[in-house]
Amino acid sequence: MAEKTGIILPAEMATREAYGLALRELGRRRDKIVVLDADLSQSTHTALFAAEFPLRFFNLGIAEADMIGTAAGLAANGYVPFASTFGVFATGRVYDQIRNSVAYTRLNVKIAASHTGLTVGEDGASHQTLEDIALMRVLPNMTVVVPADARQTFLAVEAVANYEGPVYLRLGRPKIPRAVPPEMPFELGKAQVLREGSALLLVATGIMVGRALQAAAMLDREGLQAAVLNMHTIKPLDEDLLIAMARKTGAVVTAEEHSIIGGLGGAVAEVLAENCPRPLVRVGVKDTFGESGSPEALLQKYGLTAEDIAAAGKKALRKK
Amino acid sequence: MPAISAAANEELRLKAKKLRQDVLTMVHQAGSGHPGGALSVLDILVILYYKVMRVDPHNYRDPQRDRLVLSKGHACPALYAVLADKGFFPARHLKTLRRLGSPLQGHPDMHKTPGVEMSTGSLGQGLSVANGMALAARLDKSPRRVYAIMGDGEIQEGQIWEAAMTAAHYCLDNLTAFLDYNGLQIDGWTRDVKTLEPIVEKWRAFGWHTLEVDGHDYASLLEAIRRAQVNKGAPTMIIAHTVKGKGVSFMENQINWHGRAPDAAEYARALKELKN
Ligand SMILES: Cc1ncc(C[n+]2csc(CCOP(=O)(O)OP(=O)(O)O)c2C)c(N)n1
Ligand SMILES: [Mg+2]
Repeated sequence: MAEKTGIILPAEMATREAYGLALRELGRRRDKIVVLDADLSQSTHTALFAAEFPLRFFNLGIAEADMIGTAAGLAANGYVPFASTFGVFATGRVYDQIRNSVAYTRLNVKIAASHTGLTVGEDGASHQTLEDIALMRVLPNMTVVVPADARQTFLAVEAVANYEGPVYLRLGRPKIPRAVPPEMPFELGKAQVLREGSALLLVATGIMVGRALQAAAMLDREGLQAAVLNMHTIKPLDEDLLIAMARKTGAVVTAEEHSIIGGLGGAVAEVLAENCPRPLVRVGVKDTFGESGSPEALLQKYGLTAEDIAAAGKKALRKK
Repeated sequence: MPAISAAANEELRLKAKKLRQDVLTMVHQAGSGHPGGALSVLDILVILYYKVMRVDPHNYRDPQRDRLVLSKGHACPALYAVLADKGFFPARHLKTLRRLGSPLQGHPDMHKTPGVEMSTGSLGQGLSVANGMALAARLDKSPRRVYAIMGDGEIQEGQIWEAAMTAAHYCLDNLTAFLDYNGLQIDGWTRDVKTLEPIVEKWRAFGWHTLEVDGHDYASLLEAIRRAQVNKGAPTMIIAHTVKGKGVSFMENQINWHGRAPDAAEYARALKELKN
């Protein structure tokens, strides 16, 4: 879509920024798209949509619960609402509203969170959601999508809009480099093999996909061929591909900018344990809150670098 | 001139008597449920479904229908009785209330029960949803109207006041909300648990066209609804003074009838009263 619409995304871009562009593009083609925000439209980039479609944009003020309920009402009456705010406020703060008014009702509400994980950065722990994937994943009827880069976000927004049902779209604040080959299509629920390898499988999501590719290159220099799987849809999880690749490689590492409990690592562990137990090492935040700091410093301190993934890979191999 | 003729009023009164019996029969047979709040809200539902709302039981998904969100979802036996009587689904379903596999869940489920517009049960969420529906109607340039009903205890939820601000900010004059002001919640009188007063002033201060009526008087209810329909630029809140357990002497204003089913003897007594 990005190419078709003449929008050229730079090599480095935040996924939230791509979201704003994609939403505006979607708004031009589909008049049932409506957008809601809770006083963060500059940060979530929904302001782009608001500027062009003021009648289809609703600022609910700092009232996230009300925003989710309003989105549910719009969806119940034929609209496709995208509701945006920071990840902490888009999930935990309004958990019961999402549970009862969106997930249970299977309403066509898209919750798009712009600031998630440690890379929220300087705002610190109160704003760094490390549990949102877990919270959303456990809800029946909910789809959970975490794009790996800006271009993938652009495609994901389109796919999410075309899909009928509740979706949690996890986006990020910092600019990140391209991770997925630009020509690669996006399909909800279909993980992407970004690199083949027989020794080890690296399963990553979001900003960790690019880092997993770096880790694979590092391991390659040491003679270890790691496959890299971009698990952009955490629910429904592409179990078939995951199991096939785990069987082929025999050792698995997961990498996510999220708690190692309940997120990608949790989901992968569940599937492997039941279907093909293999050594598994989870890279992610180890059951702790974050803190203030630059995104890169935080990722280093909490063990979310390419080096950490490579080290986890070797650890998994030792357990083989 | 009253908004409703004496004959029409009598017809509604008889209808409500029958529906109150249905409510008690359902809850009695289910062995659990919330009779108090169902009986207090019943006359509001009667006026809406028999005199006001444009809904077609045989085409209940018509996009241009009016919408009702029963935000105080625990009162659903009253809604189910009305929907069955209107023909949204066969009356025989009523006796399956709360049973495994029933289309009539313990709290409303929009996918299981024809005519239910929104799944509710977790209090405090329905007004936001009604706002969304009212915004959708406006975007569609449709004359359809949206109704929402809240309990008085329910509006202790903060989200109600978020939604109250939203409806006023967006000038949702196609939205009419009711407060089923029966004075009781689970742990006691609302004035003792956490007072709502001054309630009329609160809604006015939040920017709502606010009316106060006897919630069991059809003429007053209808007149208020008509005034809401012609009011421009603001949503209307109809504060309906009601009696919890209305219609059954030993249930009226009794806190213990919030959430328990009548046993056989109580059920017989109640029915006898309602048949008189
Ligand atoms: C969020 C939430 N908290 C608690 C409850 C449990 N609950 C069910 S009914 C009720 C009291 C409701 O009082 P009110 O709104 O006055 O209803 P009514 O008197 O009409 O029955 C409570 C606390 C609930 N359903 N939802
Ligand atoms: Mg009450």
